[in-house]
Amino acid sequence: MSLGTWLEDRLKWRAADDFLRHKSVPINRHWYVYYFGGITLFLFIIQVVTGLLLLMYYRPTAEAAHESVRFIMAKVPFGWLVRSIHSWAANLMVFWVFAHMFGSFFVRAYRRPRELTWMSGALLLFLTVGFGFTGYLLPWNTLAYFATKVGTEIVGAVPGVGHFLLVLLRGGEDVTQATLSRFFGIHVAILPALMGIILALHLFLVQLHGMSRADERGPGRAYAFVPQFVLREAIVWVITIGVLAALAVLLPWPVGEKADPLAPAPAGIKPEWYFVFMFQTLKLIPSHVLGIEGERLGILGFTLAALVLLAVPMLDRGDQKTRARRIALMIGVFAVLYMAGMTIFGYLVP
Amino acid sequence: MRPFARWALLALVVGGLWVIGSQSIPAAPAAPPASPVTPAPQTAASDSCIDCHRNLGGRLAAPALRIADDIHVKRGFSCSACHGGDPKAPGIEAMDPKKGFVGKPKPAQLPGLCGSCHSNPEVMRKFNPKIPTDEVARFLTSVHGQKLARGDTRVATCISCHGVHPILAVSDSKSPVFPTNVPATCARCHADAQYMKPYGIATTQYADYRASIHADALLKRGSKQAPACNDCHGNHGAVPPGVSSVANVCAQCHSSQRDLFVRSPHKAAYQAMGLPQCTVCHSNHRIVQPSDAMVGATAPAVCIQCHTETSKGGTAAKTIRTALEDLKSSMASASEVVARAENAGMDMTDAKLPLSDAQTQLILARNLVHSLSLREVQTAATEGVGLSQRAADLGRAGLAEIDFRRRGLVFALAVLLVLALGLYLKVRSLSA
Repeated sequence: MSLGTWLEDRLKWRAADDFLRHKSVPINRHWYVYYFGGITLFLFIIQVVTGLLLLMYYRPTAEAAHESVRFIMAKVPFGWLVRSIHSWAANLMVFWVFAHMFGSFFVRAYRRPRELTWMSGALLLFLTVGFGFTGYLLPWNTLAYFATKVGTEIVGAVPGVGHFLLVLLRGGEDVTQATLSRFFGIHVAILPALMGIILALHLFLVQLHGMSRADERGPGRAYAFVPQFVLREAIVWVITIGVLAALAVLLPWPVGEKADPLAPAPAGIKPEWYFVFMFQTLKLIPSHVLGIEGERLGILGFTLAALVLLAVPMLDRGDQKTRARRIALMIGVFAVLYMAGMTIFGYLVP
Repeated sequence: MRPFARWALLALVVGGLWVIGSQSIPAAPAAPPASPVTPAPQTAASDSCIDCHRNLGGRLAAPALRIADDIHVKRGFSCSACHGGDPKAPGIEAMDPKKGFVGKPKPAQLPGLCGSCHSNPEVMRKFNPKIPTDEVARFLTSVHGQKLARGDTRVATCISCHGVHPILAVSDSKSPVFPTNVPATCARCHADAQYMKPYGIATTQYADYRASIHADALLKRGSKQAPACNDCHGNHGAVPPGVSSVANVCAQCHSSQRDLFVRSPHKAAYQAMGLPQCTVCHSNHRIVQPSDAMVGATAPAVCIQCHTETSKGGTAAKTIRTALEDLKSSMASASEVVARAENAGMDMTDAKLPLSDAQTQLILARNLVHSLSLREVQTAATEGVGLSQRAADLGRAGLAEIDFRRRGLVFALAVLLVLALGLYLKVRSLSA
């Protein structure tokens, strides 16, 4: 009995193989959008692998965290490579998860029956941003410390439950060892567990419903998922590895100065780039608008935007040329321009 | 007495006292008013001196206008504590000599008047037990005190420096004797060429001091630990430091340098030549930031004041300077390598530690110059050079690591390119 037969008897893997061989990917003018999800998934896999390697040396205490990261960068063989790839891949993953989201939005991949695929994708975007926020603090350097302080203060401005959330996140009133412990736990256990479950659901739904087409009416041109699309995706992944390697070697991720809670916050401190559009918006909102505290209003606005993002399939359910489709398209274009504009503005102003 | 006659008499008496007094010492300038309307002190609410003088106008009103800021008034004293009289008596009767009124004390009387309280430990203990009570005794030993005793009323007395009406606490930043105000206070007389002419002493001290490193620390950076005039000359017992005491004066802060100087060959030589130790090289009032250029056998080194280039002293100076320059050069070279590695993204914490230690060795070597011990200076400098070389080695190792990484990247990219090309060809073949 061959090994394949032996495995087939026990795992019935040929069914999965048959499924993949019959799976196809549409060929149309939006062909590039189909690669975004795969790049994001690949970057997530890199994050898992490099994160596990970093866990071997990282020590999540206020006294040792910074030193352990410095040790990884300076003493551990290829530690610099692993950590720099982890940091760069994290940033690229945030970029691609947004690109994947907007790409799927503009080709209206959220339409029936893919509503849950979209919603699980939106949740994965929130989790990715959560990974970035919690991971940023772990080196316990000055920038990370104060960015976390500002970030959790913003959470504290949520109407009603703000203070509760702030204490929950920080493990107290201030950013301390308790915060580091929590962020570490969230980053390496809670978020990966949630990510695993929702990602599995997302991928299952993608397989269940197949690749979305911009025009669902009638059969279109397509090529086989295996091997045509897989090979093309593999080229993209190889390029991604090359980009990551070049970034890690030419621009190794800095360790920074160890956080000093007693020192004043550095001038012009900013959060990670993917939070800058929110940070800049909150800075621009007047202190009070119609009697409501500006910061609270901003938080309320972003919370509503997140809910709208989740509810997109419910808001645009109609046919190709409905009014809802045009409004959704305009909102999408506005969101991209707003996020890009505010991010650039945030970096241009002191 | 009719009211007009009463006011006229009061004005005549007080005005006369002012005229007599104005021929003596220049008093310290009054501090600026704390507020446009100075409230009467609580303790002297019914003080007829203040009530009357405030309404007299002009210079007769001046002593009363800001008296509430006076440290003595704040502690419950009234004008009568210094001027006698009865402040409870209304009108001119308060100035009745039968009630002890003495008017404006003469300069020669001031040390005794102030000393009546300030030299009495029993009195001072009630107000400020920490305050010394030997100020008057020390004043009498000062050049000011001795000249005053000989009848020179132009010299400084208590109020010349501390001010009057109000006399502010020394800790008050507006006081003329607050550390940062002391140089300007002394300069009022000592920078006045006309005023100092009879004494035949220089009046450039203040200008020199303002160009010094001490003034930079005290007046620009506001470090009250930096010395003002009184820290070297004494305050109440002010005298120029004698030739033999200069090193002791400087050693109040620079004790390490003094200890090294004392065991140097310069100590005996200076003593024999009657030279005033530290100031020979560092000057006195215009003490600038020392530099390595001060050491050597050619200008601008201070050594050439006494030593020729080829003399034993000149050779020693050259050797010391060479040791310092070698260390600095080694540090600069190491810093450059470490900075290059750091800018390329390497963690150079390990290299910065020996560099920091090398800096310490440089400071040590510079300090050891005061001992004139070639062996000690060279030992410290050589140790610093060793530390710099260690830092440079780590920097070079960092640069080598960067080189290794970049070569590795080129190799990895080449492999990835081949892989991508292979995949592309496979896709092409499948598409065909």
